[in-house]
Amino acid sequence: MLEIKNLHVKLEEEDKQILKGVNLTVEAGKVHAIMGPNGSGKSTLSYVLSGREGYEVTEGSATLEGEELLEMEPEERAAAGLFLAFQYPVEIPGVGNMTFLRTAVNAQRKARGEEEMSAAEFLKVVREKAKALKIDADMLKRPVNMGFSGGEKKRNEILQMAMLEPKMCILDETDSGLDVDAMKLVSEGVNALRDEGRAFLVITHYQRLLDHITPDVVHIMAGGRIVKTGGPELALEVERNGYADIMSEAV
Amino acid sequence: MMARAQAKQDALSARIAALALPEGLRPARDAALARLSGMGLPLRREEYWIYTDPARLNAAEPPALAAEGEADFFAALDRARIVFTDGAFDAAASDDLAQAGVEIETLSDAASRDIHWVRDFYGSLETQGQTPVARPFAALNTAFAADGVVIRVTAEATRPVELVYRSTGTVSDPILHHCVKVEGGAALTLLEVGFAGARYNTTLEVDVADGGRFNHIRTQGRAHERVANTHLFARVGAEAVFKSFTLSANGILTRNEAVIELAGAAGVAHIAGAAIGEAGFHHDDTVFITHGAPGCESRQVYKKVLKNGAVGVFQGKILVRQVAQKTDGYQISQSLLLDDDSQFLAKPELEIYADDVKCSHGSTSGAIDETGLFYLRSRGVPEAEARVLLVLAFLAEALQEIEDETIAEEIRSRLESWLL
Ligand SMILES: Nc1ncnc2c1ncn2[C@@H]1O[C@H](COP(=O)(O)OP(=O)(O)OP(=O)(O)O)[C@@H](O)[C@H]1O
Ligand SMILES: [Mg+2]
Repeated sequence: MLEIKNLHVKLEEEDKQILKGVNLTVEAGKVHAIMGPNGSGKSTLSYVLSGREGYEVTEGSATLEGEELLEMEPEERAAAGLFLAFQYPVEIPGVGNMTFLRTAVNAQRKARGEEEMSAAEFLKVVREKAKALKIDADMLKRPVNMGFSGGEKKRNEILQMAMLEPKMCILDETDSGLDVDAMKLVSEGVNALRDEGRAFLVITHYQRLLDHITPDVVHIMAGGRIVKTGGPELALEVERNGYADIMSEAV
Repeated sequence: MMARAQAKQDALSARIAALALPEGLRPARDAALARLSGMGLPLRREEYWIYTDPARLNAAEPPALAAEGEADFFAALDRARIVFTDGAFDAAASDDLAQAGVEIETLSDAASRDIHWVRDFYGSLETQGQTPVARPFAALNTAFAADGVVIRVTAEATRPVELVYRSTGTVSDPILHHCVKVEGGAALTLLEVGFAGARYNTTLEVDVADGGRFNHIRTQGRAHERVANTHLFARVGAEAVFKSFTLSANGILTRNEAVIELAGAAGVAHIAGAAIGEAGFHHDDTVFITHGAPGCESRQVYKKVLKNGAVGVFQGKILVRQVAQKTDGYQISQSLLLDDDSQFLAKPELEIYADDVKCSHGSTSGAIDETGLFYLRSRGVPEAEARVLLVLAFLAEALQEIEDETIAEEIRSRLESWLL
């Protein structure tokens, strides 16, 4: 599904290398988790994959189902099936959440040469999925993420993912800011989407989320590289001992 | 000083050399001409003409203007249409005035029959509106307006009246003057559509009596060469509601002035504008709202989207007289600058003589939010479409001032198609 090879990324504005040779392959149907200390480059990796400006790829490649991602515009990546649940979801004053969702759904359909979703069908689907995430009608009407609490913003990210049904879902610390119940809702939302044709890359600091969303593979990122890869037990090890052992091992 | 006064008189002579005072309403026209002669025409850098060059509004020879080719506005509404072609009433293109559902006739007809209320009303609000700020182009309009409509509304009008301005490109100096009298408890929606020529001067005088409602929606279309100078004078009675929204797109020079007096207790006046333009575009909103009675509410909401060196101007004033306790005044003017070449010049003013008032005003200039743009694109919205969404979001507060849902939706979708 997603194949990242020797990815080197620096900031455009300054001479600062952030990713220093990331290698990562995520197969369809699998859930991969990335853990790693603050500032190790996890969000940077997710932004670079989704096409945010301000970064320069100096070496390496990233492909989604064989297609070169790094050459595409952000909207093309989305239409190709990539989705990023932001660590810090963005507030957009003046754009209603519903309008935003419908525009996004239909834009992607159009890009793939599919028919647009009718207003009635859209409404039905969005209400159903919002309900499952305990997002009320008022939140759907409000401007995108405006006045949403931290946890509400994260649930809104998952609603977008559920509506867009992407193939490759990257979740950047979607668990941070969620209360225990919301964590369950979000996990259920993710698990409901798990299937053979879809893959997840879950960035998190805590085992807590992985209790609900069991990963197939766990990676540890440090200093702009994947320094260790293992099974679910690796996350438990981090939970118990932190990163010190792993880092010294990796060096 | 003398030279300046002379220059103002010279500008006036040049402007009116080819104009003749029309028949009818002569006392009002003569008085307006006398006011005008006393003022002369404004020169650059006078107060209220610091940001906009008046010489461009009164050039002796207006440029030619191609027809607009925009699909008819408000086709979905049942409305009475009155068409002015090249500044003259176009009976063939207009609906039957007798069927409009309100008392309505052309200014020239009303003038020839010397209708009482028109004789007393014509130019009266314009005259009041000359203090404290002189508005010579409005006096010129009252003196020389060739036509227009006069409307008296005595009940709730069943459908909107629409004034449509067309230009064939041959005559480019239309001067139109409209008078609207909304009686106590009556209501009217007035639509104004189009541009009338390469140089276009309209005045609208509106009196909304106690408990009356007047709703005004104006669209100034996309003709690039259009030069427009409009005045709106309104007097709002007790518990009366006045609302006006203007959509402007393109036009090398547009100056929309509004002078509104809240004259009775608990009156409401909202005035809003959404403007988009690029390159040679210069758009000026100059607004003066007087709170002359207690417990009134006023809102000024102006949004301008400026691109490729476009210039936006906002001069807005709220004057609260001593009697006007419990005033609720709000004013916002904002620009969205789509590049570094464009500029927004704003002069918000408050002058308050009452002590128990709530007045807020704000003015900002900003660029498209790049983070929001990326967020939208990351969800699959193409860049151009995402930018339009953000521009419409910026305009939203002004568009919200449109009460009628059908009209609001039409304005939104026009904007969308113009922006894409
Ligand atoms: N635009 C930027 N300007 C300056 N430094 C940046 C920028 N973007 C990222 N960095 C730096 O790059 C490094 C990696 O940041 P990144 O946000 O990817 O870390 P992270 O692994 O997601 O951390 P966290 O776990 O705290 O979310 C950090 O040291 C950060 O300060
Ligand atoms: Mg991060």
